[in-house]
Amino acid sequence: MSIATQVSRRSFLIGSASAIGGLSLGFHVPFAGAAAPAKSAAEVNAWVVIQPDDQVIIRIARSEMGQGTLTGLAQLVAEELECDWSKVTTEYPTPGQNLARDRVWGNFSTGGSRGIRESHDYVRKGGATAREMLIAAAAAEWKVPASECVAANSVITHQKSNRKVTFGKVATAAAKLTPPKDVTLKDPKQWKIAGKPLPRLDTADKLTGKQIYGTDLKLPGMLNATVRACPYFGGKLKSFDAAAVTKMPGVRKVMQIDDTTVAIVADTWWQAKTAMDALPIVWDEGPNTGVSSESIAEMLKGGLDAKDAFVQTTVGDAPAALAGAKKTISAVYAFPYQNHATMEPMNATARYTPQKCEVWVPTQNGEASLAAAAEAAGLPVQQCEVYKLHLGGGFGRRGNFQDYVRQSVLIAKQMPGTPIKMIWTREEDMLHGAYHPTTQCKLTASLDDAGNVTAMHMRISGQSILAAVRPEGMQGGKDPAVFQGLNLTGDEGHIGYTIPNLLIDHAMRNPPVPPGFWRGVNLNQNAFYLESFIEELAHAAGVDPLVFRRKLLKNHPKHLATLETVAKGIGWDTPAPKGVGRGLAQIMGFGSYVAAAAEVSVEAGQLKIHRIVAATDAGHVVNPAQVERQVEGSFVYGLSAALFGECTMQGGRMVEDNFHTYQVMRMAEMPKVETHIVPSGGFWGGVGEPTIAVAAPAVLNALFAATGKRIRTLPLKKHSLA
Amino acid sequence: MAKLNVNGTVRDIEVDPNTPLLWVLREQVGLTGSKYGCGVAQCGACTVHIDGNPVRSCVLPVSALSAEQQITTIEGLSSDGSHPLQQAWLKLDVPQCGYCQSGMIMAAAGLLKNNPKPTDADIDASITNICRCGTYNRVREAIKLAASGLPAKQST
Ligand code: FES
Ligand code: FES
Repeated sequence: MSIATQVSRRSFLIGSASAIGGLSLGFHVPFAGAAAPAKSAAEVNAWVVIQPDDQVIIRIARSEMGQGTLTGLAQLVAEELECDWSKVTTEYPTPGQNLARDRVWGNFSTGGSRGIRESHDYVRKGGATAREMLIAAAAAEWKVPASECVAANSVITHQKSNRKVTFGKVATAAAKLTPPKDVTLKDPKQWKIAGKPLPRLDTADKLTGKQIYGTDLKLPGMLNATVRACPYFGGKLKSFDAAAVTKMPGVRKVMQIDDTTVAIVADTWWQAKTAMDALPIVWDEGPNTGVSSESIAEMLKGGLDAKDAFVQTTVGDAPAALAGAKKTISAVYAFPYQNHATMEPMNATARYTPQKCEVWVPTQNGEASLAAAAEAAGLPVQQCEVYKLHLGGGFGRRGNFQDYVRQSVLIAKQMPGTPIKMIWTREEDMLHGAYHPTTQCKLTASLDDAGNVTAMHMRISGQSILAAVRPEGMQGGKDPAVFQGLNLTGDEGHIGYTIPNLLIDHAMRNPPVPPGFWRGVNLNQNAFYLESFIEELAHAAGVDPLVFRRKLLKNHPKHLATLETVAKGIGWDTPAPKGVGRGLAQIMGFGSYVAAAAEVSVEAGQLKIHRIVAATDAGHVVNPAQVERQVEGSFVYGLSAALFGECTMQGGRMVEDNFHTYQVMRMAEMPKVETHIVPSGGFWGGVGEPTIAVAAPAVLNALFAATGKRIRTLPLKKHSLA
Repeated sequence: MAKLNVNGTVRDIEVDPNTPLLWVLREQVGLTGSKYGCGVAQCGACTVHIDGNPVRSCVLPVSALSAEQQITTIEGLSSDGSHPLQQAWLKLDVPQCGYCQSGMIMAAAGLLKNNPKPTDADIDASITNICRCGTYNRVREAIKLAASGLPAKQST
């Protein structure tokens, strides 16, 4: 069944082509038009469609990119719907339909670990409302009060007469009813489907090669394209010699699509890529050829002691307290640029006619894709549509940044009527990132004779993401997101340490490199800085790092509880094996409390991570099995960055262009991870990102314990451990 | 022009002989289970078997292959997902985004064929595929589960 058919039944404006976009999520893309049986399926409400055979189709607005949100959101709807979980499938509504229906599915954006924590309320209400309508329809048929009927496992029962009917039999009648205004949601303690470690709904096709990703899409008459954009930030395309490649096999068109980019369309992608490699291109290298990683580091260094800075967190008078202190400790840390490096390179498929523009794309934000498509097409948004495809990784690259959608539409526009699939090479992907920003941090603190932290100043210097990509989020020139995890209050992420004089400020220094939201965002470097430095202070005070933190966290029991969990898990109170060091880290971010403990050693100059214990308090947990996977995966992402990850600027462009130079963690480096999920209830935190932030400091603190070497500049590969 | 035996079927394929096997599989044969991740033999997303041995098809020109060589892709590993590794993967719900998983499974199948009871060190040495989502520990567990002989049904 396909949503395109659903919607056309409701006389939405869609062309026959849209049927191709009707996707059953996690299953096959129906290339040759939508499946037929949808006519008899009833849309009870926007979230729930039920077929006569009782199959339940749950609509999912957020994007599945591996994080399991598809399964989690379906569990929440199914829980309230009281349906039979074994009959649940899912599908994506399209961004165009969302627009046409007054955004009935809410926000499509899938980032910031918000998939579940921001939509749990309305998706559960969607399920509960549908359940009430189904019950009302059955009750009306039986001519009994709805209050005498209950729903369970897709069956409605009139308790007095013991009459029963399945959802599928009353769905059409239910769809005609007026939805109840108020529904009561279950107490999570009563959950039977939500809260359970259910297997994902989208696994089977990923094991057989059947799962269709953006790169796999096939449309009738489709051609293939690749692009090359100027690799120099701020540079342009000067010229290219199309004649040199137009006669190459399969080449259909060589085209400039904007100031910076040339595209080649060919019968196959390999032909397009081969021609692109042969195409003579001259770049206008632009104004930044003098910019290098070294010059950027100098620029940031200037911010560490600069007079002017944006102040976010203040308690007492840290500068005065530090000036008058007997003993101060100071250290400077640095975090380099990182590329998202999703396994599936950026891609999009577009078909343009003067009347309509359609895009098939793996995207974290279908509505942003739609807006980008409309803008590039020069058509009203109502004449555009986006069909979301499964993502081969997102990590923030496929949300705010819709450069690949724009490019694909600009290509399609030059060949109206022909669907064209554009795929970036890995090299294009590495050189045109929305990079994790680079920052440095100078931390200065004072200790009294009893080893108490009397004051701390944390000066962050470096790049603002919001200034570049979401200027509307700036507050009087300040980027509040820079302080992720370091605020004094707030549900999103507040600092757990109570320090009588505390100042955290930011000297903004924006190098000419496009920054972006990279899984974990600013919490990554903030936790690395804070949690490493706290251990430096503990050592300076001659106090065990756990005992030291305990005292500082006394006013924040949830921060402390996750830390205690990992300390216990790693066996903090027992001596570590010879040569093995242990390290801790904790932080709050994305609404959740997280901690990690690591055991490492150094053998023949190589770091070996033996074991990691992690703890997450996300308040409510919708699928513990998926949380566990997110936590485990967070160490791969976070430690890839800490150990190897660095994008180096040289001559105004990035150096690393594939995995041989941009190393990431592989099987042999992967430690055992033991995950403790310790939900304390009462709030909804995110899980896809926060744990990344504790990966680096836990491991590097353990490295210090093992070797006495304090790593203050990432990645670790730049330091000798011999 | 190339003559290739893909998943048991011999086909004549009109293609430039320099084309890597990966792209012939994806674009000419129409089997998109093998993925493009890097194109330089770094990530393993494109792993297929040639006569049972795992190879990275993104750097293997079809001119290097003859019709006598058996090419097996993820689509041909089993007809219905019943290969012990696929079953183990299902039981442990291994994939996250899934993009690397065809290559992971094919690399693992190659390992088990030559080494039915691999140690952790064997797994580290032969599974060098990249997974950015971070499924490594479950991949390892699933390989061991498959190697141990497997209960056929998925547990919930
Ligand atoms: S695509 Fe072949 S190894 Fe990466
Ligand atoms: S599951 Fe996403 S890259 Fe491996």
